[in-house]
Amino acid sequence: MCPAPAKRKTDIGAPHYDKFLPPIIKRNYGNWRHHELPRPGVVVHVAESGDKLYSVRAGSPRLLSIETLRLFAAIADEFSDGYLRFTSRNNVEFLLADPAKVDPLIARLKQEGYPVGGTGASITNIVHTQGWVHCNSAASDASGVVKSVMDELLPYFESMTLPARLRIAFACCLNMCGAVHCSDISILGMHRRPPKINHATLAKNCEIPTTIASCPTGAVRPATVDGKPSLEIIEEQCVLCGNCCAVCPSMSLNDPGDGISIWVGGKVSNARREPMFSKLAIPYLPNNPPRWPEVVSAVKNLVEVYAAHARRFERMGEWIERIGWPRFFKLTGIEFTKHHIDDFRHAGESFKRSVHLRRPPA
Amino acid sequence: MTEKKPTPLLDNLEAGPWPSFVKELKKSAKSPMVQDLLGVLERSYEDKMGHWKHGGLVGVRGYGGGVIGRYNELAREFPDAAEFHTVRINQPAGWFYTSDVIRTLCDIWERHGSGLTNFHGATGDIIFLGARTSEIEAVFGELIEAGFDLGGSGSCLRTPSCCCGMARCEWACYDTMALTYDLTQTFQDELHRPSFPYKFKIKSSGCPNDCVAAIARADLSIIGTWRDDIQVDRTAVTQYAAGGQIDIAADVVARCPAGCMTWDGRSIGIDNESCVRCMHCINAMPKALAPGKDRGATVLVGGKATILGGALLSSVLVPFLRMEPPYDDLKELIRAIWDLWGDHGKNRERVGEFIQRIGLGNFLEQIGLDPQPEMVAQPRTNPYISYEPKEGRP
Repeated sequence: MCPAPAKRKTDIGAPHYDKFLPPIIKRNYGNWRHHELPRPGVVVHVAESGDKLYSVRAGSPRLLSIETLRLFAAIADEFSDGYLRFTSRNNVEFLLADPAKVDPLIARLKQEGYPVGGTGASITNIVHTQGWVHCNSAASDASGVVKSVMDELLPYFESMTLPARLRIAFACCLNMCGAVHCSDISILGMHRRPPKINHATLAKNCEIPTTIASCPTGAVRPATVDGKPSLEIIEEQCVLCGNCCAVCPSMSLNDPGDGISIWVGGKVSNARREPMFSKLAIPYLPNNPPRWPEVVSAVKNLVEVYAAHARRFERMGEWIERIGWPRFFKLTGIEFTKHHIDDFRHAGESFKRSVHLRRPPA
Repeated sequence: MTEKKPTPLLDNLEAGPWPSFVKELKKSAKSPMVQDLLGVLERSYEDKMGHWKHGGLVGVRGYGGGVIGRYNELAREFPDAAEFHTVRINQPAGWFYTSDVIRTLCDIWERHGSGLTNFHGATGDIIFLGARTSEIEAVFGELIEAGFDLGGSGSCLRTPSCCCGMARCEWACYDTMALTYDLTQTFQDELHRPSFPYKFKIKSSGCPNDCVAAIARADLSIIGTWRDDIQVDRTAVTQYAAGGQIDIAADVVARCPAGCMTWDGRSIGIDNESCVRCMHCINAMPKALAPGKDRGATVLVGGKATILGGALLSSVLVPFLRMEPPYDDLKELIRAIWDLWGDHGKNRERVGEFIQRIGLGNFLEQIGLDPQPEMVAQPRTNPYISYEPKEGRP
């Protein structure tokens, strides 16, 4: 008789966070009193006990080699007793109990090429997706655009001089893994051609009824091509959502004419104005690797116009609501086109249905 | 060993002050997989198109997710990037680490994969980027021995995530990390074995600032709040007024969305019955103002990005719920949602879209919650009411 096989270890779940918390956090867990931002990239949390925790925040490209992770570990050993964390926007943070080590740590991070900042009224790291590095549905590269934009906007990462925090996100297609739909500035990869169909493989790779059912507008229909069962797209009905491509590997939206759109004025925080979606500013800019100059200059323009006109604590969307969209387009020099007018479901909700117009055009 | 090919377009992105992902790729380029990845990416930069194919079925025994198959269409030219699968690893709540555990993860990934990672993926997982099919079981085995497990992928509970909450923030209205750990451990089966109509995300933020974007990015958004009065430290208010860094009248009182604050040059008045708990005044004067002491969370449902029927923000489901272990009320609610949506949701229909299709009123009735005015911005304006037989409808 065979011995029973050893039970396979599964479903252990996440490691308990307690193992990774520095002693100062364990001592003061749930008993923090307030915080201060003494300089860009440094947050001091003061506990009821009087203990002070210094968090030093540095930018990271999110796509990290194990060599860089080991460098972060070594820096943590040297400056923060081995304790570090990552933020929801992919920055790395070192957690120090000893204020004397803050300055040397900042110097070391800068020397290694990791800028310190991203706190308070700044532009912090751009939340982004995989792009051409690793995604099948990417209409643009995420890392390349983010790198190009952040190279230009670095002074805003390393300072806290904007009217309010300004959150930028990048997603390489409408799936929006980067949740760009609620950011001050959203950079979104756009496909522009309906899916291309590989008729030779479709019947073998895809469930035809499931693919038809996946279309939100009924644009995918059964068809027989070269005697084989396949699908066709009613092009004028297609909204380029890519849902059919997600269920059928023989369909793809990728095309050299893909590009980028820019959206503005979203937020997730409840502070002052309720959370809101980003709205379309620029419907299309070309993919122009390796530096995407059109995208970089469009984003920079939005940041500069906002910085010059918004009031303190006013997020991009709040500023635009105060001045109105006509003035936003005028100040930014962005052309208002047919594409800016919603034509999907519930489109009418965004039409102006009053005569509350700020100085109508002649 | 794969031959090193020139990458002039990518090389351009090594310059400039922001940390370069190309440098990261090159640091890992002793792996032939990454060498070929550089070649594939350079090609994308030349022809302005991605070259990754639709995912395939890859995984570990006994799990239905956690590994996403990724194959390259240029496999003949770049054979070492032909298979470049993603391994999602459930992060510790709050994304705290020690240097030792970072090194342990690096060692595992050096033995079995490309050496490339994401800290972190969009949902919150640690991402190992670039595994061959033949290595998946070995990576999993070593991760389990190191105390880590896979995260979610496909139509399942995706890896829950949260802000750092009480570990570091004075505004945390409940223990986000404890809740996230508890939910993760409670729902291991739902996380690892996809059995839902589509993905289901849970995100927990400690206060209405919502640092993990729960309201926009999660099907179930748990956002900390309080019921009693904002705590005011009168001495600190005076210091802010004298300090000159903030204009209390213009920057705080005038910006209150509820118009519930007054300032007479000496003291702040707050009409707490009218306060909407937005956090602005507390954010602006963190030493003087703090959330109340009667704390818990608002539970919201249905948030998602565009695909398929348009983006949705989560909407209020439970206006106030106390968040204390073992979180039985919350878990009961989650199970009721899964049961209903699991039975009646369509393939690839997120719960927010499902609620819109069947109606929030019907949804509430089915999961056993009473309608409350906090759940809507306003009552309906159209008269298409479906009266029910119990109301005397003939």
